[in-house]
Formats: sequence, structure tokens, C-alpha cells
Amino acid sequence: MNNTPVLKVQDIHKSFGNVEVLRGVSFEVEKGETKVFIGPSGTGKSTLLKCINQLTIPDRGNVWLNGREIVHSHVKINLYRQQMGMVFQNFFLFDHLTAVRNVEISLIKVKRMNRKEAREKAMEELSRVGMADKANSYPAELSGGQAQRLSIARALAMDPEVMLFDEPTSSLDPELTGEVLDVMRKLARGGMTMVVVTHEMGFARWAANEIFFMDEGVILESGPPAEMFTRPRFERTRRFISRMTELYAEEQSDG
Amino acid sequence: MLRGFNAVYDSLPYILSGIPITLGLVALSIALGLAIGVPMAIGQTYGNKETGRLISLYVWLFRGLPNLVLLFLFFFGVFPMLGIRLSPFVVAAIALGLRSAAYQTEIFRGAFLSLGEGQMLAARSLGMSKRKAIWNIMFPQAIRVALPGWSNEYPILLTDSSVAYAIGVMEILTRGNQMVTRTYQPMPIYFTCALIFILLNFGGIRLIHMIENLIRIPGFGREEQ
Ligand SMILES: Nc1ncnc2c1ncn2[C@@H]1O[C@H](COP(=O)(O)OP(=O)(O)OP(=O)(O)O)[C@@H](O)[C@H]1O
Ligand SMILES: [Mg+2]
Repeated sequence: MNNTPVLKVQDIHKSFGNVEVLRGVSFEVEKGETKVFIGPSGTGKSTLLKCINQLTIPDRGNVWLNGREIVHSHVKINLYRQQMGMVFQNFFLFDHLTAVRNVEISLIKVKRMNRKEAREKAMEELSRVGMADKANSYPAELSGGQAQRLSIARALAMDPEVMLFDEPTSSLDPELTGEVLDVMRKLARGGMTMVVVTHEMGFARWAANEIFFMDEGVILESGPPAEMFTRPRFERTRRFISRMTELYAEEQSDG
Repeated sequence: MLRGFNAVYDSLPYILSGIPITLGLVALSIALGLAIGVPMAIGQTYGNKETGRLISLYVWLFRGLPNLVLLFLFFFGVFPMLGIRLSPFVVAAIALGLRSAAYQTEIFRGAFLSLGEGQMLAARSLGMSKRKAIWNIMFPQAIRVALPGWSNEYPILLTDSSVAYAIGVMEILTRGNQMVTRTYQPMPIYFTCALIFILLNFGGIRLIHMIENLIRIPGFGREEQ
């Protein structure tokens, strides 16, 4: 069992209408690894993440979670989704619930925990992302950084096998990205298995075991950060990375 | 003038005892409309195409029929034909309720749509079934969005409820009418009826605002006052 990857994605295809957004994407993530996806807008990164937990059903291809095939597993998909935490660019917090209720609702309704246990677990997760003091705030009362940390806590509460991040800092003001990236670094250090779509080159360089450059629905090239940052095979990759690195550096010096 | 006062004074207890009947009719039809309208709104928003089409047809049909036509159709047509004997009160509640259901469907559909697909995506990503997501995440939010529009159903049904006069339900207007034929004082008595409707309307709206304030969420929906 040692060499079964936590997540294995094979030959995912997806079209919307007659536009083929994903044209055969394959990769694997071993336990404790962080794999980072980068690439221009509209190349299918969000679609890929949604295909992994079947929020979008791929037209072709397979996904294995700990060696079990999960595509088209109708009834069980809710079981598999519990094991894949997802963090969205726009948080999608439950606006009618306080922070702690946001975290515990799935524990109560999905995991069928009793209220007391769920509350304890939810408070633990809030502490983990530094949000314990905001337990009774509503999403609309939180800053973007706090909101995103809360959404990470909500996903972590389910004790997922793998976390999927879709540009978790892209809708944040530059000065707020740090607190979210800190939480993600802590997760990576703690051995969480992660798939991260991001434009934060600093984070990618630090956290990634492997970086995938996506372009027009395929992984154009991949490699460890050192390789991708210094000697990418494709000119497109090099240009993209250097542009993103400049933006990132500007933000850093601004803030 | 004095005769007018006397007529009102003599009729008042009789007319006032129509209030529970009017309010009962309103409450029943709102409840029936809610019980049918919410599931139909959910079916239209989250169901398949065929379900959606069927519900649209219902909404279109019931919104297109005048209340009085619906009332006569049910009272003299549908129920007698089916051999079901119901009191005028119950028939009126059903007719008004089915029509209100059409409007409430539209109100709640708008509320569900306003929530955006992100809430559903987040709920599903945590492993909630569609049913759980709708019930625990979408519906509690939709209720709050819908409430201001939904509370309009009260004054609408309150005023519509007087059509029940036409099939002899003993509501406020029916009783007022009877007192007019007895006292020959139409102006003071209809004025009294009007006043009762206005007061009921006012009181009901106050109550609804109180409920709205009770379930308000900070930073969600209407601004803090
Ligand atoms: N539900 C949908 N229906 C139709 N087209 C869609 C849908 N979802 C995505 N697309 C299209 O698929 C393409 C890829 O979208 P996707 O969101 O996956 O890109 P992305 O790489 O995440 O881009 P970004 O960096 O801007 O987030 C886009 O052209 C988008 O318009
Ligand atoms: Mg995207």
C-alpha cells in the first residue's frame, strides 16, 4: 500500500459546449506532498480541481482516491467528497451561520457527530487557523483573510485526505494574502497532502514538491520548483513565471 | 347620522366576529401557499427540466386566473364533480392557497437564485447530499431573502379574502353586507368593514417586521437600522 498515491488523476477531459477546456490531464500526489498548478487565466485550472471532486463531471478520464476509483460512483460520491477538502477563491462561506457554525454544520449533518463533540472539534479547527476569537462572528463581519482562513478550517474539519485550493489568495488585498499563506505553509509542514492552484510564486517555490504549468487544457510541463524557476523547457513557461514573480515582488515591496 | 351610529353599534359585534374567519382564511391560504410554493421553488431551481416546466405551467395557470373565477370553479365545479363535499370556508382557503402558491413559488425561486451557485458548491464539496445542502444551507438563507417580498402575501391575501363572500363564507364583508340589508345604512357599515381591514393589515405588517428583525443576520440582506 506504501506506494499507492493519495490522489491519482488520469487523462481528464472536459468540454463545455464545443470548447474543450481540459484535453487530457494526468498527475499523482503522494501522501504529504504539495503539488502546485500555475498557468494563464482560462486554461482550465478551476475546472480540473472541480473534476477531481466531481463538482464537475469529467467527460473522460479517472480519479483515484487512495486507490479507489471515484468517477461515476454516484451514491458514494458524498463519501469521497468528505475526504477531499476544497477551498475556493471566493470563500463561499455559509452567510447565515457564525464562524463556528460554518465549521460544525458538516460535522453534524454529514458526519453525524453530536453537537458537543462537533463544537469542540470546530473550535479546535478555528484555533488551528487563528480564528478562535472570531467564533461568533458572521462571515460578513470578517476581513477577506479571516474569511479565507475560516473556509480552510471548514474544510479541515472533515479530516480530509487531500486539500484542494483554488487560488485561495487571488481575491484578497495584497496585505491579507500573508496570513492565508502562513496557514497553508503550516499545513504543508504538518504533512497535509495538497493540490494548490495559485499565482503566488513565492509560495509555489517554497511549498511545491512539483509545479505543473497548465496551458490550454494540458499540463505543458512540470518539474520541481528549482527546475521550473531556473530552466523551464518552454519559453511560455519562463515568461509566465517571470511575469508572476515580478507582480509578486511588487506586491511585497508595496506592502 | 345618529341612525348610522346606532347601526354600526348594533352590527359591530356581529361584524367583528368575522375577524377570526377572515384571519383564519388568510392564515390557511398563506400556509397552503407556502407548503406548496417552497417545494415548487426548489423543484424549479434545483430539479430537472421536466419538473421545472411542469411547475412553470402551474404558476402561469394560477396567476392567470381571477380569484373569483377560481373560487366558483372549485366551489361549483371541481369539488362537486369529484363528489367531495367541503364547506365554503375550506374551498375558499384551497382556492386562495393554490393561487398564492403560484406567487410564493416565484418569490422563493428568486430568493434561491439570488444565493448564487457558490453556496451549493461549498456544501457539496463538504460531502452534503443535494437534499442536505438545500435544507441546511440554501433554504435558511432563501427564507431571509424572500421575507420582504413574501410578507406582501399577507396584505394581498387579506384583501383577496373578501371574495369568499361570493360563496357565503361568513367573513367580515359577508357579515357587513348582511347588516346593510338589515339596517339600510351602507355607508357607515362598509366604512366600518374598511376600517377593520385596514387595522388588520397594519397589525399584520407590524408583526412581520418584528419577525424580520428577529431572524436578521449581521451584514446580510437589509442594512442595520
Ligand atoms: N460551467 C461552465 N460552462 C461553460 N464554460 C465554462 C464553465 N466553467 C468554465 N468554463 C470555461 O472554461 C474555461 C476554463 O475555465 P477555468 O475556470 O477552469 O479556468 P482557470 O484556469 O481556472 O482560469 P482562472 O485563472 O481565470 O481562474 C474558461 O474559458 C471558462 O469560460
Ligand atoms: Mg480559476
